[in-house]
Amino acid sequence: MNNSLATPRLSVSRIAIYATLLLAAAVYLIPLVVMLLTSFKSPEDIRTGNLLSWPQVIDGIGWLKAWDSVGGYFWNSVKITVPAVLISTFIGAMNGYVLSMWRFRGSQLFFGLLLFGCFLPFQTVLLPASFTIGKLGLANTTTGLVLVHIVYGLAFTTLFFRNYYVSIPDALVKAARLDGAGFFTIFWKILLPMSIPIVMVCLIWQFTQIWNDFLFGVVFASGDAQPITVALNNLVNTSTGAKEYNVDMAAAMIAGLPTLLVYIFAGKYFLRGLTSGAVKG
Amino acid sequence: MATLELRNVNKTYGAGLPDTLKNIELKIDDGEFLILVGPSGCGKSTLMNCIAGLENISGGAILVDDADISGMSPKDRDIAMVFQSYALYPTMSVRDNIAFGLKIRKMPTAEIDEEVARVSKLLQIEHLLGRKPGQLSGGQQQRVAMGRALARRPKIYLFDEPLSNLDAKLRVEMRTEMKLMHQRLKTTTVYVTHDQIEAMTLGDKVAVMKDGIIQQFGTPKQIYNDPANLFVASFIGSPPMNFIPLRLQRKDGRLLALLDSGQARVELPLSMQDAGLEDREVILGMRPEQIVLASGETNGLPTIRAEVQVTEPTGPDTLVFVNLNQTKVCCRLAPDVAPAVGETLTLQFDPAKVLLFDAKTGERLGAAGLPRIEAHSANVTQFKGR
Repeated sequence: MNNSLATPRLSVSRIAIYATLLLAAAVYLIPLVVMLLTSFKSPEDIRTGNLLSWPQVIDGIGWLKAWDSVGGYFWNSVKITVPAVLISTFIGAMNGYVLSMWRFRGSQLFFGLLLFGCFLPFQTVLLPASFTIGKLGLANTTTGLVLVHIVYGLAFTTLFFRNYYVSIPDALVKAARLDGAGFFTIFWKILLPMSIPIVMVCLIWQFTQIWNDFLFGVVFASGDAQPITVALNNLVNTSTGAKEYNVDMAAAMIAGLPTLLVYIFAGKYFLRGLTSGAVKG
Repeated sequence: MATLELRNVNKTYGAGLPDTLKNIELKIDDGEFLILVGPSGCGKSTLMNCIAGLENISGGAILVDDADISGMSPKDRDIAMVFQSYALYPTMSVRDNIAFGLKIRKMPTAEIDEEVARVSKLLQIEHLLGRKPGQLSGGQQQRVAMGRALARRPKIYLFDEPLSNLDAKLRVEMRTEMKLMHQRLKTTTVYVTHDQIEAMTLGDKVAVMKDGIIQQFGTPKQIYNDPANLFVASFIGSPPMNFIPLRLQRKDGRLLALLDSGQARVELPLSMQDAGLEDREVILGMRPEQIVLASGETNGLPTIRAEVQVTEPTGPDTLVFVNLNQTKVCCRLAPDVAPAVGETLTLQFDPAKVLLFDAKTGERLGAAGLPRIEAHSANVTQFKGR
């Protein structure tokens, strides 16, 4: 969509608007800047300088030390997040397809109950979840943690896909049925190819949720299988020795980087997906 | 190529809910074009979905070539449908849209290519085959949707208001094309519309529906000339039939309808002679084109002078509104007749073409067993002035 204002003139109000926006952007960016600057400083430099001062010497030691402590857990997080995101998105898409295109008696109620999952605080499901994965013999395994993430994410992914598919005319499904397509053919050949925007939304959402999760990670994973968020916490909260802020900051950056990158590279799909359906295509 | 018969088809969405379709009885021959017409919510689209198998019927039978298909799934019925929204698969090219049903039916690739070529040539969409539906205009999308239906060479085509999303000019063009196509292919077709012009022009048979009940089933001509009730009479025809509520009188053993324009009165002798019609509230129906301007010579038809209230020149005709029995009555006159408002015209009608309806039930009166009301010599009495 092009801006309808063909020639924006530099008026007082416009300058005020830009100034406010720049200020707001600065306020939001400062923590990131502080983290980046601190991560490259030496401990000496951190003690003497202020938060926003430029490093005396650019020092990569903080990053190397940080990777030594949390690097292994970074891959744990990848092993947890990737299957959990993909599987919960796929099942959510199937659920949404059934709940919008193949309504059954009580499907509205089913959907309503499923939505409760979006409002349940993590803490309330800890005990039942640990009981369940214990019974399944998955206690303290990555598989168990992945399962918890999948089940907990289904409420959101189903909601996304169901609402997206509701806006698609059901004549499409009728036409495909008359063409002889069955349940899965319609899903694979007709609906999934139309779902790119909402798939992106779902992937980004689930990735952020699962990568950033701390509570499930600390409860359901132990020792070497813990995700990076837990490792970061352990690193920062150690009380022995001098506080190495540069290492803490670098480790926090490493932990936060994947979600940051996902937003930078897929953010436009996120916006497009959230707004699609609002305007008729 | 098939016959289609609906036997006592019923449809309800649950006990206690009103019936969506009630005792639908229809039969069309091989190659016939059936129109289902009615206002929105009359059940015509539901009936079409039932024929397609997208919805199950609650009772009765649907027969294609005398075989009951009502228990079959849509894909086994060999029926193709064109939807109002076209329902083209948005991520597929035009070619893939047309070929989709053939691929699913595991037709060999060479035959699919041949079929796509045949259909796209027929519909003149060969140059569009590589495009996506989103890149097509409404008329082109409509053709592709038809192409998808044609490609499978099904026994029956179903069209669900296929022209209603097009602009007025294109709609008229596509209507003609649709008729040409049917004349060429001669495939049994069921066509749902709420447009009475489409109903009149396209159909071999028309079923007028209201509230899930077929009000009348017949040829367009029968529906137009011999409507079974007030609803059919008012629904078909544009501008609609004039309805004048009045009380019939009997004079010298003959039924008369008394019309009063405020300036003059005329006694219209009616051809139906059923006993019990006199002194009864009835509604007299007269189509706008059945009211003509009296020419100089006397042809024996009753005439009345009336004051022009409103004129609407439409181009091909001038619609003139006058008051008869305090009811606004539309007359369809030649375009060169352009009377001023307030002018007095002498109008003439053929009493033989007048229809009568029961004021309470809306049922047609006095037409029992008669395909056409026989003409009757007029006996006119005129009261000039008052």
